[in-house]
Amino acid sequence: MEIVKSALEPLFSLIHAGSVWAFVLATIGAAVAVVLSQNVVRMAFWLIIALGSTAGLFFALDADFLGAAQLLVYVGGTLVLLVFGVMLTASGPFMQMKTSPGEGVLAGFIGFSLLGLLATSVCTVAWDPHGAVAPIAAAGYNPAEEGNTTRALGMSLLGLRPDKDLGQENARPGTGYLLPFEVASVHLLVVLVGAAYLARAKRRQAPPAL
Amino acid sequence: MPAVELDVYLFVAAVLFVCGAVCMATKRNAIGVLMGVELVLNGANLNFVAFARYTALGLDGQVIALFVIVLAAAEAAVALAIALSFYNNHLTIDVDRGNELHG
Repeated sequence: MEIVKSALEPLFSLIHAGSVWAFVLATIGAAVAVVLSQNVVRMAFWLIIALGSTAGLFFALDADFLGAAQLLVYVGGTLVLLVFGVMLTASGPFMQMKTSPGEGVLAGFIGFSLLGLLATSVCTVAWDPHGAVAPIAAAGYNPAEEGNTTRALGMSLLGLRPDKDLGQENARPGTGYLLPFEVASVHLLVVLVGAAYLARAKRRQAPPAL
Repeated sequence: MPAVELDVYLFVAAVLFVCGAVCMATKRNAIGVLMGVELVLNGANLNFVAFARYTALGLDGQVIALFVIVLAAAEAAVALAIALSFYNNHLTIDVDRGNELHG
Protein backbone atom coordinates (compact mmCIF):
# COMPACT_ATOMS: atom_id res chain seq x y z
CA MET A 1 0.00 0.00 0.00
CA GLU A 2 2.81 2.38 0.89
CA ILE A 3 4.59 1.49 -2.35
CA VAL A 4 1.51 2.29 -4.37
CA LYS A 5 1.06 5.56 -2.51
CA SER A 6 4.66 6.61 -3.09
CA ALA A 7 4.42 5.58 -6.74
CA LEU A 8 1.31 7.68 -7.23
CA GLU A 9 2.82 10.71 -5.49
CA PRO A 10 3.97 12.50 -8.70
CA LEU A 11 0.56 11.92 -10.25
CA PHE A 12 -1.15 13.47 -7.22
CA SER A 13 1.10 16.53 -7.27
CA LEU A 14 0.48 16.91 -11.01
CA ILE A 15 -3.28 16.75 -10.47
CA HIS A 16 -3.00 19.30 -7.65
CA ALA A 17 -0.99 21.76 -9.72
CA GLY A 18 -3.29 21.28 -12.68
CA SER A 19 -6.42 21.91 -10.65
CA VAL A 20 -4.92 25.06 -9.14
CA TRP A 21 -4.08 26.36 -12.60
CA ALA A 22 -7.61 25.49 -13.72
CA PHE A 23 -9.02 27.53 -10.81
CA VAL A 24 -6.71 30.43 -11.73
CA LEU A 25 -7.87 30.41 -15.34
CA ALA A 26 -11.54 30.01 -14.34
CA THR A 27 -11.33 32.96 -11.97
CA ILE A 28 -9.75 35.24 -14.56
CA GLY A 29 -12.06 34.16 -17.35
CA ALA A 30 -15.24 34.45 -15.30
CA ALA A 31 -14.24 37.90 -13.96
CA VAL A 32 -13.68 39.14 -17.52
CA ALA A 33 -16.98 37.57 -18.58
CA VAL A 34 -18.80 39.45 -15.79
CA VAL A 35 -17.53 42.71 -17.25
CA LEU A 36 -18.24 41.80 -20.87
CA SER A 37 -21.72 40.28 -20.59
CA GLN A 38 -24.63 42.67 -20.96
CA ASN A 39 -27.46 40.58 -19.53
CA VAL A 40 -27.56 40.89 -15.75
CA VAL A 41 -28.62 37.26 -15.22
CA ARG A 42 -25.58 36.06 -17.17
CA MET A 43 -23.47 38.42 -15.08
CA ALA A 44 -24.81 36.69 -11.97
CA PHE A 45 -23.92 33.27 -13.44
CA TRP A 46 -20.35 34.31 -14.28
CA LEU A 47 -20.05 35.88 -10.83
CA ILE A 48 -20.97 32.51 -9.31
CA ILE A 49 -18.19 30.89 -11.36
CA ALA A 50 -15.69 33.58 -10.35
CA LEU A 51 -16.48 33.42 -6.63
CA GLY A 52 -16.57 29.61 -6.60
CA SER A 53 -13.17 29.29 -8.23
CA THR A 54 -11.84 31.91 -5.82
CA ALA A 55 -13.00 29.54 -3.07
CA GLY A 56 -10.99 26.83 -4.85
CA LEU A 57 -7.95 29.09 -4.71
CA PHE A 58 -8.57 29.56 -0.98
CA PHE A 59 -8.51 25.78 -0.55
CA ALA A 60 -5.26 25.68 -2.50
CA LEU A 61 -3.84 28.31 -0.12
CA ASP A 62 -4.47 26.09 2.96
CA ALA A 63 -7.39 28.26 4.06
CA ASP A 64 -10.01 25.54 4.18
CA PHE A 65 -12.43 27.20 6.59
CA LEU A 66 -12.26 30.41 4.58
CA GLY A 67 -12.97 28.55 1.36
CA ALA A 68 -15.99 26.87 2.91
CA ALA A 69 -17.19 30.21 4.30
CA GLN A 70 -16.76 31.75 0.87
CA LEU A 71 -18.89 29.02 -0.70
CA LEU A 72 -21.56 29.25 2.00
CA VAL A 73 -21.81 33.01 2.41
CA TYR A 74 -21.02 34.30 -1.08
CA VAL A 75 -22.19 31.62 -3.44
CA GLY A 76 -24.99 30.38 -1.21
CA GLY A 77 -26.14 33.67 0.30
CA THR A 78 -25.05 36.83 -1.43
CA LEU A 79 -25.52 35.53 -4.96
CA VAL A 80 -29.02 34.29 -4.14
CA LEU A 81 -29.75 37.75 -2.73
CA LEU A 82 -28.46 39.35 -5.95
CA VAL A 83 -30.54 37.03 -8.12
CA PHE A 84 -33.62 37.93 -6.05
CA GLY A 85 -32.75 41.57 -6.64
CA VAL A 86 -32.54 40.94 -10.37
CA MET A 87 -35.94 39.24 -10.33
CA LEU A 88 -37.58 41.97 -8.24
CA THR A 89 -36.28 44.79 -10.40
CA ALA A 90 -36.64 43.28 -13.85
CA SER A 91 -38.73 45.66 -15.92
CA GLY A 92 -38.98 43.58 -19.08
CA PRO A 93 -38.03 40.26 -20.63
CA PHE A 94 -35.16 41.81 -22.62
CA MET A 95 -33.77 44.11 -19.99
CA GLN A 96 -30.46 45.33 -21.34
CA MET A 97 -28.93 48.65 -20.53
CA LYS A 98 -26.02 49.09 -22.88
CA THR A 99 -23.16 51.42 -22.24
CA SER A 100 -22.22 53.63 -25.13
CA PRO A 101 -19.23 52.46 -27.23
CA GLY A 102 -17.18 55.52 -26.32
CA GLU A 103 -17.56 54.78 -22.62
CA GLY A 104 -16.66 51.13 -23.25
CA VAL A 105 -13.46 52.07 -25.08
CA LEU A 106 -12.50 54.55 -22.36
CA ALA A 107 -13.19 52.00 -19.61
CA GLY A 108 -11.18 49.35 -21.43
CA PHE A 109 -8.25 51.74 -21.84
CA ILE A 110 -8.30 52.75 -18.17
CA GLY A 111 -8.77 49.14 -17.06
CA PHE A 112 -5.85 47.87 -19.12
CA SER A 113 -3.56 50.64 -17.89
CA LEU A 114 -4.56 49.93 -14.26
CA LEU A 115 -3.98 46.21 -14.82
CA GLY A 116 -0.59 46.92 -16.37
CA LEU A 117 0.39 49.08 -13.41
CA LEU A 118 -0.70 46.42 -10.91
CA ALA A 119 0.92 43.56 -12.85
CA THR A 120 4.25 45.33 -13.15
CA SER A 121 4.26 46.14 -9.45
CA VAL A 122 3.38 42.51 -8.63
CA CYS A 123 6.27 41.30 -10.77
CA THR A 124 8.88 43.83 -9.71
CA VAL A 125 8.37 44.10 -5.95
CA ALA A 126 10.28 41.53 -3.88
CA TRP A 127 7.53 40.53 -1.48
CA ASP A 128 9.88 38.83 0.92
CA PRO A 129 12.67 41.10 2.16
CA HIS A 130 14.96 38.11 2.64
CA GLY A 131 14.82 37.02 -0.96
CA ALA A 132 13.08 33.79 -1.80
CA VAL A 133 9.42 33.57 -0.94
CA ALA A 134 9.01 30.31 0.92
CA PRO A 135 5.75 29.05 2.40
CA ILE A 136 5.78 29.12 6.18
CA ALA A 137 4.25 26.26 8.07
CA ALA A 138 1.56 27.09 10.59
CA ALA A 139 3.31 26.96 13.92
CA GLY A 140 2.69 24.73 16.88
CA TYR A 141 -0.91 24.36 17.73
CA ASN A 142 -2.26 23.77 14.28
CA PRO A 143 0.14 22.00 11.93
CA ALA A 144 -0.42 22.48 8.23
CA GLU A 145 -0.46 18.74 7.66
CA GLU A 146 -3.83 18.56 9.37
CA GLY A 147 -5.18 21.00 6.83
CA ASN A 148 -7.32 22.53 9.53
CA THR A 149 -7.48 26.22 10.34
CA THR A 150 -10.89 26.09 11.99
CA ARG A 151 -9.64 25.72 15.57
CA ALA A 152 -7.08 28.49 15.21
CA LEU A 153 -9.58 30.85 13.61
CA GLY A 154 -12.19 30.21 16.29
CA MET A 155 -9.72 30.76 19.12
CA SER A 156 -8.46 33.98 17.55
CA LEU A 157 -12.05 35.24 17.36
CA LEU A 158 -12.25 34.52 21.09
CA GLY A 159 -9.15 36.61 21.70
CA LEU A 160 -6.67 33.76 22.07
CA ARG A 161 -3.72 33.24 19.80
CA PRO A 162 -2.11 29.86 20.49
CA ASP A 163 -0.50 29.88 17.07
CA LYS A 164 1.51 32.94 18.09
CA ASP A 165 1.94 32.21 21.80
CA LEU A 166 2.93 28.54 21.89
CA GLY A 167 6.60 27.84 21.47
CA GLN A 168 7.60 31.49 21.26
CA GLU A 169 10.19 33.13 23.48
CA ASN A 170 8.75 36.63 23.49
CA ALA A 171 6.56 37.46 26.45
CA ARG A 172 4.05 39.59 24.59
CA PRO A 173 0.90 37.62 23.82
CA GLY A 174 -0.47 37.64 20.32
CA THR A 175 -3.31 39.90 19.32
CA GLY A 176 -6.80 38.42 19.36
CA TYR A 177 -9.91 39.53 17.56
CA LEU A 178 -12.60 39.49 20.25
CA LEU A 179 -13.54 43.18 19.97
CA PRO A 180 -13.74 43.21 16.14
CA PHE A 181 -15.85 40.05 16.36
CA GLU A 182 -18.35 41.74 18.70
CA VAL A 183 -18.39 44.91 16.59
CA ALA A 184 -19.08 42.82 13.49
CA SER A 185 -21.92 41.03 15.29
CA VAL A 186 -23.66 44.27 16.28
CA HIS A 187 -22.96 45.68 12.85
CA LEU A 188 -24.66 42.70 11.19
CA LEU A 189 -27.70 43.06 13.43
CA VAL A 190 -28.05 46.80 12.74
CA VAL A 191 -27.48 46.30 9.02
CA LEU A 192 -30.12 43.59 8.72
CA VAL A 193 -32.69 45.64 10.64
CA GLY A 194 -31.89 48.64 8.44
CA ALA A 195 -32.12 46.59 5.25
CA ALA A 196 -35.48 45.16 6.29
CA TYR A 197 -36.68 48.70 7.04
CA LEU A 198 -35.48 50.04 3.69
CA ALA A 199 -36.85 47.22 1.59
CA ARG A 200 -40.21 46.83 3.31
CA ALA A 201 -43.32 46.86 1.17
CA LYS A 202 -44.62 50.37 1.20
CA ARG A 203 -48.36 50.82 1.22
CA ARG A 204 -49.27 53.33 -1.39
CA GLN A 205 -51.44 55.97 0.22
CA ALA A 206 -54.63 56.74 -1.56
CA PRO A 207 -55.00 60.44 -2.34
CA PRO A 208 -57.28 62.13 0.15
CA ALA A 209 -60.84 62.41 -0.97
CA LEU A 210 -61.98 65.89 -1.69
CA MET B 1 3.86 22.04 -14.72
CA PRO B 2 5.14 24.91 -12.56
CA ALA B 3 3.65 25.32 -9.13
CA VAL B 4 1.40 28.31 -8.51
CA GLU B 5 3.37 30.87 -6.50
CA LEU B 6 2.55 34.11 -4.73
CA ASP B 7 2.97 36.21 -7.88
CA VAL B 8 0.27 34.25 -9.71
CA TYR B 9 -2.21 34.74 -6.87
CA LEU B 10 -1.44 38.45 -6.74
CA PHE B 11 -1.95 38.70 -10.50
CA VAL B 12 -5.32 36.94 -10.25
CA ALA B 13 -6.31 39.33 -7.47
CA ALA B 14 -5.25 42.27 -9.64
CA VAL B 15 -7.42 40.97 -12.49
CA LEU B 16 -10.38 40.59 -10.11
CA PHE B 17 -9.86 44.13 -8.81
CA VAL B 18 -9.62 45.70 -12.27
CA CYS B 19 -12.65 43.77 -13.55
CA GLY B 20 -14.66 44.88 -10.53
CA ALA B 21 -13.61 48.50 -10.92
CA VAL B 22 -14.48 48.54 -14.64
CA CYS B 23 -17.76 46.79 -13.83
CA MET B 24 -18.62 49.43 -11.23
CA ALA B 25 -17.78 52.24 -13.64
CA THR B 26 -19.52 51.03 -16.79
CA LYS B 27 -22.62 49.08 -15.76
CA ARG B 28 -25.83 51.08 -15.75
CA ASN B 29 -27.76 48.42 -13.84
CA ALA B 30 -27.46 48.99 -10.09
CA ILE B 31 -27.27 45.23 -9.48
CA GLY B 32 -24.33 45.10 -11.91
CA VAL B 33 -22.57 47.79 -9.91
CA LEU B 34 -23.09 45.63 -6.81
CA MET B 35 -21.52 42.67 -8.59
CA GLY B 36 -18.49 44.83 -9.37
CA VAL B 37 -18.16 45.64 -5.66
CA GLU B 38 -18.22 41.92 -4.87
CA LEU B 39 -15.43 41.30 -7.39
CA VAL B 40 -13.27 44.03 -5.87
CA LEU B 41 -13.76 42.66 -2.34
CA ASN B 42 -12.86 39.18 -3.56
CA GLY B 43 -9.66 40.45 -5.10
CA ALA B 44 -8.67 42.03 -1.79
CA ASN B 45 -9.56 38.80 0.01
CA LEU B 46 -7.40 36.74 -2.32
CA ASN B 47 -4.49 39.08 -1.60
CA PHE B 48 -4.97 38.67 2.16
CA VAL B 49 -5.11 34.88 2.00
CA ALA B 50 -2.15 34.63 -0.36
CA PHE B 51 -0.03 36.79 1.93
CA ALA B 52 -1.22 34.75 4.91
CA ARG B 53 0.08 31.62 3.21
CA TYR B 54 3.37 32.85 1.79
CA THR B 55 4.63 35.52 4.20
CA ALA B 56 4.89 36.06 7.93
CA LEU B 57 1.36 37.51 8.07
CA GLY B 58 0.08 34.10 9.15
CA LEU B 59 -3.38 33.59 10.52
CA ASP B 60 -4.12 37.33 10.75
CA GLY B 61 -4.68 37.49 7.02
CA GLN B 62 -7.30 34.76 7.16
CA VAL B 63 -9.11 36.46 10.06
CA ILE B 64 -9.19 39.75 8.15
CA ALA B 65 -10.50 37.94 5.07
CA LEU B 66 -13.24 36.42 7.22
CA PHE B 67 -14.27 39.89 8.43
CA VAL B 68 -14.26 41.11 4.82
CA ILE B 69 -16.65 38.31 3.86
CA VAL B 70 -19.01 39.22 6.71
CA LEU B 71 -18.94 42.93 5.90
CA ALA B 72 -19.44 42.21 2.19
CA ALA B 73 -22.58 40.22 3.00
CA ALA B 74 -23.90 43.11 5.12
CA GLU B 75 -23.04 45.60 2.37
CA ALA B 76 -24.84 43.51 -0.23
CA ALA B 77 -27.98 43.37 1.94
CA VAL B 78 -28.09 47.14 2.47
CA ALA B 79 -27.22 47.98 -1.14
CA LEU B 80 -29.90 45.63 -2.40
CA ALA B 81 -32.46 47.25 -0.11
CA ILE B 82 -31.42 50.66 -1.48
CA ALA B 83 -31.73 49.30 -5.04
CA LEU B 84 -35.24 48.02 -4.31
CA SER B 85 -36.20 51.38 -2.82
CA PHE B 86 -34.74 53.12 -5.88
CA TYR B 87 -36.78 50.82 -8.10
CA ASN B 88 -39.94 51.58 -6.13
CA ASN B 89 -39.42 55.31 -6.63
CA HIS B 90 -38.16 55.42 -10.22
CA LEU B 91 -39.69 52.25 -11.71
CA THR B 92 -36.30 51.46 -13.22
CA ILE B 93 -32.94 50.22 -11.98
CA ASP B 94 -30.86 52.39 -14.33
CA VAL B 95 -28.47 54.37 -12.15
CA ASP B 96 -28.33 57.16 -14.75
CA ARG B 97 -31.91 58.03 -13.83
CA GLY B 98 -31.01 58.89 -10.27
CA ASN B 99 -30.13 62.48 -11.09
CA GLU B 100 -32.40 64.46 -8.79
CA LEU B 101 -29.40 66.21 -7.25
CA HIS B 102 -28.13 67.28 -10.67
CA GLY B 103 -27.44 70.99 -10.46
